[in-house]
Amino acid sequence: MTLLYSEVEEELRASVRALLADRCPPAAVLKRVESEPTDLDLWKTLAGEIGVAGLLIPEELGGAGAGAGEAGVVLEELGRAVAPVPFLTSAVLATRALLPTRDALLGELAEGRRTAALAVSFAASPYRPGRGSSVRAEGGRLSGTVTGVAGADVADVLLVPVDGDLYAVEGVAAEVVPSLDLTRPVATVTLDRAEGRRVGACDLAATLRFGAALLASEQLGVAEWCLETTLAYVKERHQFARPIGSFQAIKHRLADLWLDVVRARAAARNAVADPSAVSVAVAQAWNAGVAVRAAEEALQLHGGIGMTWEHPVHLYLKRAKSAEIALGTPGDHREALASLADVPGPEGGEQ
Amino acid sequence: MNEAEIKERVARFLEEHDPAGDRLEFLRARFDAGLAWVWFPEGLGGLGAHRELQQVVERELADTPQINGGKQGIGLGMAAPTILAFGTEEQKRRFLRPLWTGEEIWCQLFSEPGAGSDLATLGTRAVRDGDEWVVDGQKVWTSGAHHARWGILVTRTDPDVPKHRGMTYFVCDMQAPGVEVRPLRQITGEAEFNEVFLTGVRLSDDLRLGEVGDGWRVAQTTLMNERVAIGGGPSRRGGGVMATVLNAWREHPELRTNDLHQRLLSLWVEAEVTRLSGARLREQLVAGHPGPEGSGMKLSFARLNQALSGFDVEFHRDLGYDDWTFRRSEDVDFFGRGPGYRYLRAKGNSIEGGTSEILRNIIAERVLGLPSEPRVDKDVPWKDLPR
Repeated sequence: MTLLYSEVEEELRASVRALLADRCPPAAVLKRVESEPTDLDLWKTLAGEIGVAGLLIPEELGGAGAGAGEAGVVLEELGRAVAPVPFLTSAVLATRALLPTRDALLGELAEGRRTAALAVSFAASPYRPGRGSSVRAEGGRLSGTVTGVAGADVADVLLVPVDGDLYAVEGVAAEVVPSLDLTRPVATVTLDRAEGRRVGACDLAATLRFGAALLASEQLGVAEWCLETTLAYVKERHQFARPIGSFQAIKHRLADLWLDVVRARAAARNAVADPSAVSVAVAQAWNAGVAVRAAEEALQLHGGIGMTWEHPVHLYLKRAKSAEIALGTPGDHREALASLADVPGPEGGEQ
Repeated sequence: MNEAEIKERVARFLEEHDPAGDRLEFLRARFDAGLAWVWFPEGLGGLGAHRELQQVVERELADTPQINGGKQGIGLGMAAPTILAFGTEEQKRRFLRPLWTGEEIWCQLFSEPGAGSDLATLGTRAVRDGDEWVVDGQKVWTSGAHHARWGILVTRTDPDVPKHRGMTYFVCDMQAPGVEVRPLRQITGEAEFNEVFLTGVRLSDDLRLGEVGDGWRVAQTTLMNERVAIGGGPSRRGGGVMATVLNAWREHPELRTNDLHQRLLSLWVEAEVTRLSGARLREQLVAGHPGPEGSGMKLSFARLNQALSGFDVEFHRDLGYDDWTFRRSEDVDFFGRGPGYRYLRAKGNSIEGGTSEILRNIIAERVLGLPSEPRVDKDVPWKDLPR
């Protein structure tokens, strides 16, 4: 097991970063978020030309047969760009749910011809996988609602987990609600005796845990962009006849933030190298907070411009704050560590 | 040299030297066999091998007589790398062997009452007198000076040039006339530190380390190694200070509260990501690509040690203290003492070896490339600095 990046991962990073620099600069994301946030053209290129959609899918099922490490690197880059593409929702969460079934749909997802979403609230967690869903199955028909579903608006297929089974449902409208994260809107999915094809069994908690492991890489990318952009700004911005980055009040905050990001990188790599319950809980408990802190520090240290719509830092703040809730809050993951790391609570103790 | 070859060397060494025999003889022989610090050159206790192979040697020799890493800490962690980098062949041969075996203990004569974070402003004078130097001044926070044979000493040799340029580095003979070591009692009750008064101390020129006027550069080597030595953390999940706290936590369910539980879980996560970061740093070193991560390790551990030891005192609800006796300690017995001692001693972690504030400056300027604060003292001769 290694916490370093492999050469293959660095090459993958370079191609994703080059494409995003060209097609998805922050200004372009900002321009589209209010009309049509998800960039499906960009997604087609990422999936078709770089092959990111099939990274986690074995070669015999039409994918690239890569691992979580490669997917993590892609997410770092997507996080750095707050890229509005359904990689995490389709190529990670939905794909991970489908993998044990070896369903033929995997081949279509790998090619990027179709996109799927897991019909589970983005606010659900490995510890409470059913949060936000009232879906039940009756004679092969599915009814109920799921709130806060990420990626549902652009999905061709919804994968609906019900009582340990996974159903593929098509042609269901997802109603997008105004979302805190402009670059990854969530939707309400309503099923009314919808016809579902049972594709196999589904361990939803394990699927969400895997998603949480990879979300830590995206959070790392968000934090890195915020730190780097802020560093560049405080070197440029002059007040009192010197760059504000020369004041210790600013430098010390950025040194602390850098240290948090360094540790977030170690946590993210550990979670993809060993996606055990402990590693994932540690990575989420740490990285979710680091991404939020980095975005909040970026906003504050940009001063007035950081508070404007025209500067992209708010896209990162909104992504970070939503991602903090997604797949379990840092508090949920810390509470899970009480038993995972044998740090039992005060049950039976006296106050 | 690879792992198999090192193992073979250790095996041959053990055939020829009985670990059950005289301790000192065994350690001297180990040094002479190049198995002291394998990354050092041959003839100086090493084999010119990769530093990571030291772990192999330590594993293979785990059941043999060991050196005292605590008492010898300054010698091993700071004096030795500096002597290796700047010493003459003669100095390396004279000092490194007894330093490693522990026959000669070392201390560090850097800080002064008027020069702490701004070490380069130090005022201990060394004036040349033929083949000798005469040293006058006062040093402070000198751990272990009371049992040290040698000290690494930075002095002012030219007060007429700006502060960074007029310094010279020496090995100080702690038994020379004019060296007076006085205990400095600390908030823990004991005296692990000292004040060292140097009055007309005569040091021969062959005790000089590096060129005259090049003392700052030599001192930088020592300081970088000091931070690495202080920043080295636990490699095991839940190890180090965390282990002490967790043991108490598990043994005393009656003392747990919800608030403490939440805080402990947060600290556990922070300790774990810091440990992972250290593991990643070690991997980078093995791969030959040291990253800047190292600069932050001491900062992280200072914070964690302080938070955890403070937590430990609060958790125990013990209003007592194990021992206030004013005594001279051999080394920092961090884990052999009570939570109150650990809490008080850990306060030093963010001061010794570069304060956390100075370390943040270093990270900001050298890693993040942020501009330095305007400096008023850079081009002023040392003697004209306001003080």
